Amino acid sequence: MSLLEVKNLRTYFQTDDGLVKAVDGISFELQRGETLGIVGESGSGKSVTNLSIIRLIQEPPGRIVSGEVIFKGQDILLLPPEAVRKIRGRRIAMIFQDPMTSLNPFMKISKQLMEMTELHLGHTSAQAYEHAIRMLETVGIPDARPRANSYPHEFSGGMRQRVMIAMALSCEPELLIADEPTTALDVTIQAQILELIKKLKQKTGTSVILITHDLGVVAGMTDHVIVMYAGKIFEQARTRELFALPGNPYTKGLLRSVPDPTAEHGKLYQIPGLPPDVAHLKPGCPFADRCERAEEICRREFPPFVELTPDHHSLCHFASEVYAESTNAKGA
Amino acid sequence: MQKARETLVAIRDLKVHFNLGHNRVVKAVDGVTLDILEGETLGLVGESGCGKSTLGRAVLRLTEPTGGQVFYRNNDLARLSGRQLREQRRHLQIIFQDPYASLNPRMTVGQIVGEPLETFRLARGREAEQRVQELLETVGLSKRFIKRYPHEFSGGQRQRIGIARALAVDPDFIVADEPISALDVSIQAQIMNLLEKLRREKNLTYLFISHDLRAIRHVSDRVAVMYLGKLVEIADAKTIYVEPLMPYTKALISAVPVPDPEIEATRQRIMLEGDVPSPINPPSGCPFHTRCPYAIDVCKEVVPQLVEIKPAHYAACIRISPALPHIEDVPPGAAPGLD
Repeated sequence: MSLLEVKNLRTYFQTDDGLVKAVDGISFELQRGETLGIVGESGSGKSVTNLSIIRLIQEPPGRIVSGEVIFKGQDILLLPPEAVRKIRGRRIAMIFQDPMTSLNPFMKISKQLMEMTELHLGHTSAQAYEHAIRMLETVGIPDARPRANSYPHEFSGGMRQRVMIAMALSCEPELLIADEPTTALDVTIQAQILELIKKLKQKTGTSVILITHDLGVVAGMTDHVIVMYAGKIFEQARTRELFALPGNPYTKGLLRSVPDPTAEHGKLYQIPGLPPDVAHLKPGCPFADRCERAEEICRREFPPFVELTPDHHSLCHFASEVYAESTNAKGA
Repeated sequence: MQKARETLVAIRDLKVHFNLGHNRVVKAVDGVTLDILEGETLGLVGESGCGKSTLGRAVLRLTEPTGGQVFYRNNDLARLSGRQLREQRRHLQIIFQDPYASLNPRMTVGQIVGEPLETFRLARGREAEQRVQELLETVGLSKRFIKRYPHEFSGGQRQRIGIARALAVDPDFIVADEPISALDVSIQAQIMNLLEKLRREKNLTYLFISHDLRAIRHVSDRVAVMYLGKLVEIADAKTIYVEPLMPYTKALISAVPVPDPEIEATRQRIMLEGDVPSPINPPSGCPFHTRCPYAIDVCKEVVPQLVEIKPAHYAACIRISPALPHIEDVPPGAAPGLD
């Protein structure tokens, strides 16, 4: 049985501009011990997908319109709020982009960590304190014992993100959702944090959902990838397969628009135009206006979600052709 | 091949120190010497707090330098009076990182792009309007947008408006301060291509500041690496990536994730311990010694100078020298740069 199964999830927002279908019919599975990457540009729905999974969508203006989020056999969307709170933090933990806004600036680091295990594991304060120190050591905070009594502002950005990870992992969750965990960090610190997440994952067997806009991070960290665009899954595959043999013109364009440090510099491939306004989507494929191989049918009809291999799907009228081109290019 | 180019902007021992009071001084830029050649894109890369944006601003005197000189076509900008400086500034422009914060929300696109024309008395009335329309088209925006306000545009479009504004006065030199960092991947490629196209068409020179090494590699002819207020390595863009000499540059490049799972699976990273030290109390000697895997005791004392280790390849490390350029080949404990 999968650890997590998301079926046909739809989360809509009522805005002044009209109904925004931020997430519109997303389905995926996550096995134990695996890492799933969700990539997409701003507004693609990647963060809303994950906020929906843990029921943190603010209602109104948002609403989970339909779908199932089955975690260990139980549909989280049907649980009473109290039961969801018990899962959140205990079984499913989260880390966000900006550790400063996720930590309480008025509370000592140790206290914030202790709250987690006191609440979820019933630790006494002495147990919780020792556990907090152990967690800070695990995530590589030097001099963890004296520094546990610091306040968040006394830590650097990288150290704060380590504290967030310590907090997220302190109850040994089965699923860790990391939403752009290194986007605010410098590249040498990013490398440290990603290495830490990898190591802790190996040790604890936690499954991870990693949300990022950085294809490099996805390449190094994940087993499976989902590419989102305008609230839809555009492509879904094992990571190596997706990078080697993309079956969707959007994925292909994204991969080509990242500068390759080993290549000579010349004109960089660019996807033309702008991401669509999700409040006013036209009937056809939402990428059609920017797609170099779009044909008339793309503007008229919404594309099918084509199975390229049992593990690889692409939302495109020409998915098989695009996939064949990738395969041929690889063979050549 | 590159032909010999004239120096357009010469930076000499430039310093920007911020006094925080209580004897605490941030040496944001601490003795930078650098030539920017006409027609090139010089990439300036470094982590947050290294002083790269302050350096860019100080070159244009948007931040007053504490010491040193900046020559633009042999004119010392620091010595110019207010009026003369304004006159020269026409040739020197800047594009900012945050396209949301750098445009006045109460002005129309036409007013934003047209304002420099008025300030420098380059055009007015019909002529100015026509010029604004041309500028919008140059940066890939429809001239119909002229009466619209910034909030009606996406991040990438706003960045184009900022670029049009910088181009209005027909500058020679543009400081592009993290111009793509706030943009989505697909839009980053568009802006990089636009800047490159404009450089070719208008013979511009860029100081391109970024923390994104992939972007820097793509747009730059030469790259300067900055760490805690000092330049630590300069070389042409390809060399910096293929054969970095400074231990810091090596670590920086090895930390960049490559969008290729096959490569990522087998890649050996140089992991740096710890954080970038605070610029308020930077380490003594070589500022990188606290994180450097190759540091020896002398590194804590001697401030390394930028030395031409290989032709046109400068590095600031006492543990290498022109005779022994690769730190891996240097005997343990030796500091050939001191000989």
